[in-house]
Amino acid sequence: MQYLPNILFLLLLIAGIGYFTKNIRKVIRNIKIGQEIGEVDQKGKRWSNVLRIALGQSKMVVRPVSGLMHIIVYVGFVIINIEVLEIIIDGLFGTHRIFAVIGPAYDYLIASFEVLALLVLVAVAVFWIRRNIQRLKRFMSPEMKGWPQNDGNIILYFEVVLMLLFLTMNAADHSLQDMGAAHYSEAGMFPVSNHLLPLFSGLTEGTLVMIERIAWWMHIIGILVFLNYLYFSKHLHILLAFPNVYFGKLTPKGQLKNLESVTNEVKLMMDPSADPYAAPPEGAETPAKFGASDVMDLSRTQLLNAYTCTECGRCTSECPANQTGKKLSPRKIMMDTRDRLQEVGKNLDANKGEFKPDGKQLLDDYISREELWACTTCNACVEACPVSIDPLSIIMDMRQFLVMEQSAAPSELNVTMTNIENNAAPWPFNQMDRANWINEN
Amino acid sequence: MSEQINVPTMAQFMAQGKQPEVLFWVGCAGSFDDRAKKITKAFAKLLNNAGVEFAVLGTEEGCTGDPAKRAGNEFLFQMQAMMNIQVLNGYEIKKIVTTCPHCFNTLKNEYPQLGGSYEVMHHTQFLKSLLNEGKLKVEGGKFKGKRITFHDPCYLGRANNEYEAPRELLGKLEVELVEMKRCKSRGLCCGAGGAQMFKEPEPGDKDINIERTEEALETQPKIIAAGCPFCNTMMTDGVKNKEKEDEIEVMDVAEMIANAADL
Ligand code: SF4
Ligand code: SF4
Repeated sequence: MQYLPNILFLLLLIAGIGYFTKNIRKVIRNIKIGQEIGEVDQKGKRWSNVLRIALGQSKMVVRPVSGLMHIIVYVGFVIINIEVLEIIIDGLFGTHRIFAVIGPAYDYLIASFEVLALLVLVAVAVFWIRRNIQRLKRFMSPEMKGWPQNDGNIILYFEVVLMLLFLTMNAADHSLQDMGAAHYSEAGMFPVSNHLLPLFSGLTEGTLVMIERIAWWMHIIGILVFLNYLYFSKHLHILLAFPNVYFGKLTPKGQLKNLESVTNEVKLMMDPSADPYAAPPEGAETPAKFGASDVMDLSRTQLLNAYTCTECGRCTSECPANQTGKKLSPRKIMMDTRDRLQEVGKNLDANKGEFKPDGKQLLDDYISREELWACTTCNACVEACPVSIDPLSIIMDMRQFLVMEQSAAPSELNVTMTNIENNAAPWPFNQMDRANWINEN
Repeated sequence: MSEQINVPTMAQFMAQGKQPEVLFWVGCAGSFDDRAKKITKAFAKLLNNAGVEFAVLGTEEGCTGDPAKRAGNEFLFQMQAMMNIQVLNGYEIKKIVTTCPHCFNTLKNEYPQLGGSYEVMHHTQFLKSLLNEGKLKVEGGKFKGKRITFHDPCYLGRANNEYEAPRELLGKLEVELVEMKRCKSRGLCCGAGGAQMFKEPEPGDKDINIERTEEALETQPKIIAAGCPFCNTMMTDGVKNKEKEDEIEVMDVAEMIANAADL
């Protein structure tokens, strides 16, 4: 019986990590529904982006208040993970504060965790106020109604509970240390939980041990629950931000990719020596489809983007179309893509990995044409995204589908395109008049 | 602005067996739009004045394909691109300058993959380099001390990371540059890009150019400076909508420099 807690802990850990792994594998499988992206170039540049943008949070601070608060929560999260490591070792081997062996440095380590925990509580309070009292516009968009809004708050509550458990655990531990209780050797420095000590005065050793143990267990269980919550939440970004930034676009923002399949066709058309009736050369594939109408037409990077999106709405709040009351919201583009991808994933689960057509697609069932046509391709959303997501690329791929597969451009654009085709200008002017300006007054 | 300008075509250069320093890509707006033609001419005058040997393609130039591509018609875009590349490569063009950020972006970023690699500059970048080489003198003149705000074209700024060249030129004009709340990398679009210029906007509560013009007007400028013929149209319309056209002008940076020099 002596090892019961250790065994219980091990089982808990296996269950928690196991379920999480299962879901992450699902994420990876779903991303692989997308089109392959080919060779990844400029690896050095990509790693430096990961350091700067993901690890260094360089784009977060464009908005100073939320940027600073986010950095606190983020640093808190990363550092407090060292504590989690200690908890895991203690839990498995029945030790207590195993890292205390490093000597006085441990005191400072614990002290810094405590200070961070307090700062995290403050930051979380600020975040909560921004979402629920100030009700910042970008958190109130139509796409945020329901689950996304609750999701945002649930995460904040999680943080509060975890931090409070951590501080309670420390305070109880500290009281026990002061009492000289067995097993609770002096370790750590508790600048924050110090202030909780009066709450525990007069409690018996037994009660304190219970409080300490409950807080300890709840803390680690809370962390495992949180880990597993990620998959169902916008909070996946804490993991995916890193690969997402790595695979982010490196070419100038204005550069859209050229479709190679089209290039081959155009070359053939323009080559006077080409035989128009010749059979296509061996191995030449005509693409099944131009552009994208569903998630399988998008690239893996775009699908990774969708899972990474943290629904912060920085993109939408900079989008000129959205700012002037149009339906388009780049955040919604990303959320829709993820929702549809999840739906397709469930379809795969239910049908032994084979996608069974469900009569739905990303276009129209999730993203409307009205949204797609409202985009000015200004790149404000791409610039604003703190984790290198490119909503514009999805919009462009879907427009491509509308025009090239369905000839479904707005009629004025059809006129424009006909003009370009006939007289090499978007307006009905004759190409032969192109130099007239030189001699006009 | 009546003085005759000297704008030779590539065909003329070719006939003399010569190669110009740079090709001036005029663009569709610059060739056909009445307002934009003034920008084209102002820039040509500056080139003349700085003694730059340049040429235009004239009737051999065609739409770069930017609006087609951004409307989703990749096929039409590549047709345009290939035809232009054939002409440009035929003339062995090495360096291009253009007054349109959309042409700039497309030529610079989207043509190389299709076989058309050139050194491409936006006219504000080119003017800046002339300034640095001492070929162009920019002095305040009538703009000295005037309150001016600059509207960043998306396709020069965010798309290609150039925020300083136009501002440096404005600095030389000794204007009082007041930035809008949303400027540089966070500048608000005028509403014309992505082929929006050629269609009615989707339903909403405001047109984008009105939103942007209102922001520009908050800085109480005498002039709204621009670097793109489409932004120019959008902002001009916005100023008219606010009935401020008698007090506030929308001008291209090149026009201002030509104007300051009394060209
Ligand atoms: S590129 Fe399109 S979606 Fe993105 S901010 Fe501009 S208009 Fe909005
Ligand atoms: S795309 Fe980027 S900026 Fe937009 S909501 Fe998602 S994470 Fe935020």
